[in-house]
Amino acid sequence: MRLVTVAGPPSSGKTAVTIKALSSLMREGARVGVVKFDSLSTQDQSLYEKQGIPVTTGISGNLCPDHFFVSNAEDCLTWGVESGFDLLVIESAGLCNRCAPHIQGVLAVCVIDNLSGVDTPRKIGPMLKMADLVVITKGDIVSQAEREVFAYRVRQVNGPATILQVNGLTGQGGHELGRLLMSAPETDQLEGRLLRFSMPAALCSYCLGQRKIGSDYQMGNVRKMCFQGELP
Amino acid sequence: MNGDRITTLLRMDGDELLRSEPNLRDFFASLGLCLPREGESATDYFASLESGLLEDLGIERSELGERFAAFVRLMDGLKSARLNQGVESVTIRGGHDKDGNQEALELTVRPGEVISIVGPTGSGKSRLLADIEWMAQGDSPTGRIILINGQAPEAGKRFSIDHKLVAQLSQNMNFVMDMTVEEFVAMHAESRMVEDVAGVTATIIGLANDLAGEKFSPATPVTSLSGGQSRALMIADTSCLSSSPIVLIDEIENAGIDRKRAVRTLVDKRKIVLMATHDPVLALMGDRRLVIKNGGISRILETSAVERANLSRFEEMDNCLQAVRNALRRGERIEGV
Repeated sequence: MRLVTVAGPPSSGKTAVTIKALSSLMREGARVGVVKFDSLSTQDQSLYEKQGIPVTTGISGNLCPDHFFVSNAEDCLTWGVESGFDLLVIESAGLCNRCAPHIQGVLAVCVIDNLSGVDTPRKIGPMLKMADLVVITKGDIVSQAEREVFAYRVRQVNGPATILQVNGLTGQGGHELGRLLMSAPETDQLEGRLLRFSMPAALCSYCLGQRKIGSDYQMGNVRKMCFQGELP
Repeated sequence: MNGDRITTLLRMDGDELLRSEPNLRDFFASLGLCLPREGESATDYFASLESGLLEDLGIERSELGERFAAFVRLMDGLKSARLNQGVESVTIRGGHDKDGNQEALELTVRPGEVISIVGPTGSGKSRLLADIEWMAQGDSPTGRIILINGQAPEAGKRFSIDHKLVAQLSQNMNFVMDMTVEEFVAMHAESRMVEDVAGVTATIIGLANDLAGEKFSPATPVTSLSGGQSRALMIADTSCLSSSPIVLIDEIENAGIDRKRAVRTLVDKRKIVLMATHDPVLALMGDRRLVIKNGGISRILETSAVERANLSRFEEMDNCLQAVRNALRRGERIEGV
């Protein structure tokens, strides 16, 4: 089975472009499925179901959704293989821009949108910088110049990636995205594989449910910011 | 040659590096790094960065050299794309319509040509554009094949931003950046590796003002331009700065812009202009028009001599309506038509 991870900031159009790409592949007879990760409730399950795409949702609750994803990645793969899919897409929740749910040897897609502003590519960490395929959405509502500047800024932070413009509403580019997803390498198992980059570290008292503010209540991995004129 | 150049750049100290390639400032900024200091080469700088900092920024040290090389290749690619587009012709080799009927055609278009595209909504105009943009090789739903200069494009060029074939201008596009016209155009020029940024910016703003009915200044924020002014700026900017040889126009708004001159501007810049339009003045400006039906190109009509003659009558009617619009705007009575 081919495996793809799709990540990207909230509301960038991950679900919309994935649906367009998978619908196009299904018309050609491919068997596809999706695992959608989210932290609270998600409407995306029904969006996939409406298109007849088999989907399982993982709700991480009060856990970091990307840590939750890695802990469940192997089970996702097993579900996909047992369901007889040709292609399984794992869609991340897309919360903090530092996250890096991409796995070495697994096709990594990052979805970002033209409306998020030209400085955004610089603000996104390994999720964008280490993706193989960058899908840029919402190009139909911004000027040609802004699309060109945005794509250039993406190239600046990720030179080798393939960049594809996809319109999540009309589906323009969706068929092409489907083709690229089917070029993902076959993945039979994930045990022992490496994430492309480390996840943001945590483990302080607040991870464990502390709610009180104040240095007496801060324990573990705590870092202090530095203000002007002060030494770190 | 490229490899040598990259090695040389990596050995230069910070000052020398930025003197020879000022655009490399962006490389360090885009990764959230400072610049190499005087007397320090980029290679030494990469080696001296603290692991904790790299971890925070989300980059591996071992990748820095490779990313630097990729950035230099990107810059060089954009520079050469600007100097030489190298597209002499684009050929569309027919595939089939939605029912599998063959499109028995091979259409070749060259820079400076204007092609109109007509057909009802849902007939497949967007699919045709997508085939061209994707440089389809029989791998799209229509089975069409797109050739550049008579040949299949190299695999790598299908997705590189410096070889993007199609620039698109459509009705619902807007400027969303919070910048003045001048800052905005300069930013676009910089991303295209233009050397005389100020000069090109002034040319584009001048051209846009010629096309727009109402004038605007370089200090106007792009978001406060009127529909006509935005369209004029987009056309002027695309004709001068976009390296894409094909410009697709999805209807040009009637109000506030000299549509005919706008298309001429693109033709003068040796663009291939594809226009989806049912405006008679624009549709008949085309050398040919493609009739799209049921997902396929059903006919190619050459604009006939009679149609050209009619065009001047339509233009008269158009001018007449325009005069009425202007009179309305001035608060006059519309009685003496």
